[in-house]
Amino acid sequence: MTSVPVPERRSEAAIARRERARALVRTPSFVLGASIIVFWLACALLGDRITPFDPLYDQTPEISASPSAEHWFGTDRLGRDVFSRVLAGSRDILVIAPLATLLATMLGAGLGLVTGYFRGIADDTISRLIDAVLAIPLIVLAVTVVAALGSRSTWAVTVVIALVFAPIIARTVRAAVLGEAQLDYVEAARLRGERAPYVMVAEILPNVMPPILVEATIRLGYAIFAVATLTFIGFGLQPPSPDWAVQIADNYPYLADSWWTVLFPALAIASLVVAVNLVSDSVQQVLER
Amino acid sequence: MVAGRRPATTAQVPEIARYVLKRLGLALITLVLLSMIVFAAAQLLPGNVGRAVLGREASEEAVAEYNRLHGTDRPAVVQYLDWLGGAVRGDLGESLAQTGVPVWDIVEPALVNSLKLAAFAFVLVVPLGILGGVLAGLRSGRALDRGITVVGLSLAVVPEIVTGLVLILVFAIWLGWLPVTAQPEPGAGALTQVRYLTLPAFALVIVLFGYIARITRAGVVEALEADYTRTAYLKGLPHRTVIRRHVLRNALLPTIAVVATQVGYLLGGLVAIEYLFNYQGIGLMVLQAAQQKDFTLLTAGVMVVGTAYLLVTLVADILFALLNPRIRFGVAE
Repeated sequence: MTSVPVPERRSEAAIARRERARALVRTPSFVLGASIIVFWLACALLGDRITPFDPLYDQTPEISASPSAEHWFGTDRLGRDVFSRVLAGSRDILVIAPLATLLATMLGAGLGLVTGYFRGIADDTISRLIDAVLAIPLIVLAVTVVAALGSRSTWAVTVVIALVFAPIIARTVRAAVLGEAQLDYVEAARLRGERAPYVMVAEILPNVMPPILVEATIRLGYAIFAVATLTFIGFGLQPPSPDWAVQIADNYPYLADSWWTVLFPALAIASLVVAVNLVSDSVQQVLER
Repeated sequence: MVAGRRPATTAQVPEIARYVLKRLGLALITLVLLSMIVFAAAQLLPGNVGRAVLGREASEEAVAEYNRLHGTDRPAVVQYLDWLGGAVRGDLGESLAQTGVPVWDIVEPALVNSLKLAAFAFVLVVPLGILGGVLAGLRSGRALDRGITVVGLSLAVVPEIVTGLVLILVFAIWLGWLPVTAQPEPGAGALTQVRYLTLPAFALVIVLFGYIARITRAGVVEALEADYTRTAYLKGLPHRTVIRRHVLRNALLPTIAVVATQVGYLLGGLVAIEYLFNYQGIGLMVLQAAQQKDFTLLTAGVMVVGTAYLLVTLVADILFALLNPRIRFGVAE
């Protein structure tokens, strides 16, 4: 990144962006991860139009039937087709996790910009506070706040995950801003008499976008992890939602009798988090090259 | 870095002492902030504690009486200072759900259970992770390296509920080698306890392996490319000696810091694992306290988990400083 905003800069940046995109598409792990994500996105968008049976209500006479030619993943104890439920189960988590990540990234980036730019007492205090928050493990903190809010709704889970992730993102952004704030273009903007909010948003923010982007993709993986875990222990989505973690929690007591009702949704969660992780890993490698 | 052994000077003792003192001071400040955050989140956020515990149907009088009895009608600062004063003397208050039972009597056995599980997982994962990282680092860029790195990191991001379930299904239900739950009969012998804890410990091992292997690998790769390694080869030292004395010693230093931060993940992961295996540890206790709106127990549980994390990172930082000549001799900072 050059430090002085001159006309050629935009086209240079555009070329660099195109080259990065090309490098990304050539990475096998990115292609694999992205394909899996696209598959689950398609399932979420098409929903019951592509599922062979109704994921919620179709009560076939076969209850807790093991996998067969008709029911590939078997049926659960209410006679619902597990294959259809697994296909339909991506929808909610693919809304909640990205939404929580987006909220956390905006909040964390704002916090990181302010603390990294102003330094001084505000920075010291907030940085200490962030250190203290990070001493509490993610799920423990989320469980505490959800319980204290007195709401187990999906909204509460989304907001809590965003709040819990924001300090982690803030710490990364702050470190990046600290490096940028020393550079000449920031000093030049300041000497031009630009106000602090303008310098932060219009000058520094575009230059710290790569680390923010990397951090966001990493957090997205953890958000899926956190949503699934919180849902499993009873916060957020509830039955009869076909959500994968709800299915696992719902059928876990019958694991020994009908393993297919638990294993397939579990593998679906695993495929999604691993896919997001493959993508974020490749993005990180390409951006940091 | 490692090769140069300087004579002990008088300046070196205060240098390290000052570092340790500074680190202790910072840890203490963080601990106080932690207590404020935990107290605010678990005891002030619910707003009206009496209303939250008794429910929507309870009368105004009953709620007011409950708050008066438990002191939750006082100003927030007074409540916090009162709680902090007790906590410093080791009194964490009484459970709201199990009336009259001191919180510590519930926290202590849960903490002991969790420490057993965590220690077992740690004893397994640290050597495995370091071994995996060293193998990957020495073969960097080849198939073995890619395999260990990709598999390790992929397993690390899969939620414990998924890995735990697959382990239960395969080893407890299909093969029948190990018990489904983690809680042995009271008074069971050490070997029985180990048998019961094997599956949950391995679920944690699977999550942590990737991180420890990755950081060890990075250290090994860096040390292999360093000047001191080339010098060692040029001196004519045999390959094994160079790897053992120069590469590994330097590479394992950053691993200590990462192992310490993993304790945080470990304690966090305990909620899901303990719930899945129905193991009466601190994670399950926090979850139950949250579900029963037992705010004093919840505060104590979260505080204990946070303090444990701070303690481990403090010890790791000091250990890191003692082992790292650059900090030991006050070159850095």
